[in-house]
Amino acid sequence: MLALEVDNLRKTYANGVEALKGVSLGVEEGDFFALLGPNGAGKSTMIGIISSLVNPTGGDVKVFGASVREQRSLAMSYLGLVPQELNFNQFEKPLEIVVNQAGYYGIEKHEAAERGEHYLKKLQLWDKHDKPSRMLSGGMKRRLMIARAMVNQPRLLILDEPTAGVDIEIRRSMWELIEEINAAGTTVILTTHYLEEAEQLCRNIAIIDHGQIVENTGMRELLGKLDFETFVLDLREPVHDVPELPEMAISLRDENTLEVTVPKSKSVNALFAELDERGIHVLSMRNKSNRLEELFMRLVDKGAQGAREAGGAA
Amino acid sequence: MNQAQVNWVGYRTIVRKEITRILRIWAQTLVPPAITMTLYFLIFGKIIGSRIGEMGDFDYMLFIVPGLVMMSVITNSYGNMVSSFFGAKFGRHIEELLISPLPNWVILAGYVTGALARGVGVGAVVLLVSMFFTEIRIEHPLITLSVLILTAIVFAMAGMVNAIFAQKFDDIAIIPTFVLAPLTYLGGVFYSIDLLPPFWEKVSAFNPILYMVNGFRYGMLGASDVAIGHSFALIGVFTVGLAATCLWLLHSGKGLRS
Repeated sequence: MLALEVDNLRKTYANGVEALKGVSLGVEEGDFFALLGPNGAGKSTMIGIISSLVNPTGGDVKVFGASVREQRSLAMSYLGLVPQELNFNQFEKPLEIVVNQAGYYGIEKHEAAERGEHYLKKLQLWDKHDKPSRMLSGGMKRRLMIARAMVNQPRLLILDEPTAGVDIEIRRSMWELIEEINAAGTTVILTTHYLEEAEQLCRNIAIIDHGQIVENTGMRELLGKLDFETFVLDLREPVHDVPELPEMAISLRDENTLEVTVPKSKSVNALFAELDERGIHVLSMRNKSNRLEELFMRLVDKGAQGAREAGGAA
Repeated sequence: MNQAQVNWVGYRTIVRKEITRILRIWAQTLVPPAITMTLYFLIFGKIIGSRIGEMGDFDYMLFIVPGLVMMSVITNSYGNMVSSFFGAKFGRHIEELLISPLPNWVILAGYVTGALARGVGVGAVVLLVSMFFTEIRIEHPLITLSVLILTAIVFAMAGMVNAIFAQKFDDIAIIPTFVLAPLTYLGGVFYSIDLLPPFWEKVSAFNPILYMVNGFRYGMLGASDVAIGHSFALIGVFTVGLAATCLWLLHSGKGLRS
């Protein structure tokens, strides 16, 4: 069964901005799905429509088969949302916020309090449960929004940049928790600007740009499309001339650092052999950028070029 | 869990949240009306009222009690809704409700009940204060209570309409200052419209608050400038009209959903 079905979704704002131009996609139940795109691509508009905060201009969204337009209450009962911007009452206390949210889903106060305690403890916020939420740090506020979204135990959890501004230690513990939630059967949709995060966590991916889906596939399949990788090599001795290597693009960053783009048809061993022949010895190597990032940039650049051409043609 | 159960628990949660808010900021919500109304009783009722003597066959102090109670109910039910709902919209935590499975009528009912609690609560405080100045009597308890509750509901819903259209905090002060206050003061709180020249008496008939104040005065004292049937009819029309307006605004997402 599809947890989320987006069908020809369109949104044009009152100021004329066309944020979504007929987006369609499906997310399978139990999936861990990445929705990526540059700023202004239409991700937040799409999440807004899924969560009924934005009225679509055309098309429909179904959450576990329930239409957001026609069966809003049922569709919303399946959903948990962690928005990008803070949207809780900063004068209320964390436990109060979580318990009230549970109440809006029909959960009685005593059960809501138990669940609230459980999720606040899971997100390492229990020691702050009785403090005004405005006193929490930025990372704590983000975790509070996750606890709030989880308290109704949603079947579909949407996380809109949940780790923005969160330090690496907390971010990793949040990843673990979200993976645990997904492993327990909750479908998760994640938007993030940390592509390493998406690559590590998500099984399927859609990339949206200029209000259109430019890629929608499995993470493995997408990474398989990468036909070259760029490495940065730290050299033992300095080199002054850029060596020429067959089928590889090579440039000198500085006299001790080379940047080499290796096509998928060539192995890294072949690269080392070529360098060895020329008396160049490598101390260490690393990817220039994350693999997904490289693909993302390529797809988004292509999308931007397409949009420019379309604009020019018009 | 069926939808009716979700609605019932959701409604109670909104009411609990609203009442918690009223009590948390009691120094802003409950104390000022008590102080203001004590001053009204002291200045208008005691000091000036003793020179006025009687108004509409009643001691002036007794005459102004229903008006001042209604004035508090109107101001507080409207003020509670407009500040709470606009605050939630401004701070974006209204989204907690908008993404929930609760239908719009439950959201409206929850907020209206919260505003009603404050309006009636403050009205009760004012009534209590008035007991220090005069001997209170209630001729028709059922009419008194129903006019009180319906008026609070009407102004709570009017507050929601204001909050939905408001873009900034200034916008929630304009209506209470420039519309509500003049209509209340000219709505027969302090005088009987019989005292007005015929032209202004006719003009006053277009002020809806006049019917609410006089409906309540009829309930308490058994006397009114307007027929009680007219009061109920007008309050009924406003209740239905504003409920329909609020539900339509919530459904369209005006000012709440993009």
